[in-house]
Amino acid sequence: MTWLTWRQLRAQAVTVFGALVGLAVALAVTGPRLAHLADIAGDDFLNLAGANRADSWTYDVGCVVVLALPAVIGMFWGAPLVARELEAGTHQLVWQQSVTRTRWLATKLALTGLAAMVAAAAAGLAMTWWCGPVDQAVSATHGGAGPLSTARMTPVVFDARGVVAIGYAAFAFALGVTVGAFVRRTVPAMAVTLALFVAVQIAVPLTVRTHLVPPRRDTVTITPSSLEGFRGTGPPSGGGHIDALIVALDHPGAWLLSARTIGADGRVVTNLSSTLAVCLPPPDGRPSPERAEAYRRTCDAEIAKHGYRQRFTYEPAGHYWPLQGAETGLFLTLAAALAGLSLWRIRRLS
Amino acid sequence: MIEFHLDAGSGVSPYLQLVRQVRQALRLGLLREGDQLPTVKDVVAKLAINPNTVLKAYRELEHDGLVAARPGVGTFVTRTLADATLAAHGPLRAQLRRWLAKARRAGLDEESIEALMTTTFRSTAAEHAAGQDHAGQDHAAQVHAAKDIA
Amino acid sequence: MTALLRARGLGKRYRRRWALSDCTLDVPAGSVVGLVGPNAAGKSTLLNLAVGTLTPTAGEIEVLGGRPGSGAAQLARVGFVAQASPVYPRLSVADHLRLGARLNPGWDDALARDRIRRLGLDANSRASALSGGQRAQLALTLGLAKRPAALVLDEPVASLDPLARRAFLQDLMEAVAEHGLSVLMSSHLISDLERTCDHLVVLIGAQVAVAGDIEHLLATHHRLSGPRRDPATLPANQHVLSASHTERQSTLLVRTEQPIHDPSWTVTPLNLEDLVLAYLSRPPAEDGSRRVLAAVR
Repeated sequence: MTWLTWRQLRAQAVTVFGALVGLAVALAVTGPRLAHLADIAGDDFLNLAGANRADSWTYDVGCVVVLALPAVIGMFWGAPLVARELEAGTHQLVWQQSVTRTRWLATKLALTGLAAMVAAAAAGLAMTWWCGPVDQAVSATHGGAGPLSTARMTPVVFDARGVVAIGYAAFAFALGVTVGAFVRRTVPAMAVTLALFVAVQIAVPLTVRTHLVPPRRDTVTITPSSLEGFRGTGPPSGGGHIDALIVALDHPGAWLLSARTIGADGRVVTNLSSTLAVCLPPPDGRPSPERAEAYRRTCDAEIAKHGYRQRFTYEPAGHYWPLQGAETGLFLTLAAALAGLSLWRIRRLS
Repeated sequence: MIEFHLDAGSGVSPYLQLVRQVRQALRLGLLREGDQLPTVKDVVAKLAINPNTVLKAYRELEHDGLVAARPGVGTFVTRTLADATLAAHGPLRAQLRRWLAKARRAGLDEESIEALMTTTFRSTAAEHAAGQDHAGQDHAAQVHAAKDIA
Repeated sequence: MTALLRARGLGKRYRRRWALSDCTLDVPAGSVVGLVGPNAAGKSTLLNLAVGTLTPTAGEIEVLGGRPGSGAAQLARVGFVAQASPVYPRLSVADHLRLGARLNPGWDDALARDRIRRLGLDANSRASALSGGQRAQLALTLGLAKRPAALVLDEPVASLDPLARRAFLQDLMEAVAEHGLSVLMSSHLISDLERTCDHLVVLIGAQVAVAGDIEHLLATHHRLSGPRRDPATLPANQHVLSASHTERQSTLLVRTEQPIHDPSWTVTPLNLEDLVLAYLSRPPAEDGSRRVLAAVR
């Protein structure tokens, strides 16, 4: 059964691992150089690295590979596993050898799933290694411009590094196998697997991730130095509107979930516009620097008078590995459940 | 070694065809005492017939005392049909020739001669069968076997 | 000796249609069984039930004393060559043999390799490059080399040219003679079944029309021709399968266990094809009732 699993996976495995080898070479070539750049560039590192075509391109490609790998595995390793056998009728050949269907599928699930997880682990950890200088820089400073400065805690970038790809790959693979066992046709199974997997990947950061490792809630006094600006709509004179205060969060590399202004009573302030009317720019166009400064000071005094504070809900950078581990565990559990479902389904197929 | 063939459309059951072919070979001296008949496996591999058919044919030949099975070795001829009847063939053949000439002179055509021979032969065979005790063989088989002489 | 196949009230339903119903059979071990019937009569369904690809909706079935598909031991005992002889297109012939060797404890590699060599198949060519006949021979090799006690074949020669068909049957019968293999196969070619089988099952309309030992069937079915006569006047122990009449002559096909003594009839035997056709051309029972099962031993 081991030989058969390998023989049927051979072509697909060579493609995937071949692509990973290509990625590894690209990372190995550019990685040390990137680290060296981080040593000498200091604060400017992120901007320089972002501007460098080779580095930013390698970064983008690496992220895409890690993000796409589970989907590819789900579609090309998972979906055809059962569906192609049923479609071609070869299940009548192989399920009549002296192995039960259960043993046939269990062996294939275990061996192919293991290969999938190894591939995802290799890709994810290689990217983690390469992005080491980048992540250090992001958490040390307040970031910079360019694609490399997005914190690894934020969605999408979170998926593109670390160990979570292992869980995704196992899940996508098991999903593909199960969908194939129900749909029974290869191409529709591939399409359904992709659709379901993408839906899950979109839904998880929005709904589940924050429950895995609870975020922190900090309430920060709004000081003139921490107040960075306003967010609003409309002209100030004609019904202009302040929606929110933009206050700096002094936790570099964190994933900001929500920022709300709360009053002295601890409740969220709803009528920022009316209470902070002084903070709106005057109707007669752009003021001189001295007058703008005066307006600022009046605004700050107003904020201090009301005792406004900013409440942040965020996942700090330190939650990165716990979150990675928790999410990987979640997806591995889902994968195991799907594997069980597919084993049940295969016994009842007739 | 004898080689069998099967005439699927002849209406004669396969095992009987095999029996006949062995008897014919014995009569013509193509099979002699001590010769081995083809193994069941070889016959079946050539003719694509059920092994039981061959077994049944060999059993019947054994029942007639013509062959004997040696377990683990094969089936061997124990007796030929060549000598006993060949001597009688000559005079019988001459008598038959004279009778046929007479029939033709009487105005019978070929088909009438054959019909006359067949019906007379059948009725005498039936009387012969009623006289002998052949339990277990069905009527049709006897008629076919008795036509052997032609 | 355990029966090759034992079915009691076996039935299989898909949604609302019964593909097989009320099937009761007893086939002794060591038989070569032919399964014949019109398309969609339930032949493939019965064969798939026998190997465990399908599970019964009603009744029960036992093959060589075990429930079909129930575990590795039963799977090793019963081999299956499905219709259209499925093989893996991207795997080579040698790969298929390796598949058999790895997945079957009882695999006879020498037999497999010898067969492949005799058939002239190139061990390194992909299965997709083989012709229909070669694919069928490869599938049969896989089935035989597993050394099962019984081999089930679903229309194995349907797509073969006459030479390939003869070769296939020769090899199958050789395996029967050499290893005592039991065979259950469906076919439309009744002439093939007549020479190779000793047991016959006729399925019509998802039910068993007649089943039994072929010699016995041939001995108990007759064609009666004689002066014009109403079939209803025949004795009760003579069951009329079909009757055709001209002005002065009647020809009846009857089944009876007793000898026919009536001198007005000319009695001739039927060959197997005529026998099967007699059952196939019977109109369905008018009151919709089930046909009388003639389970003849």
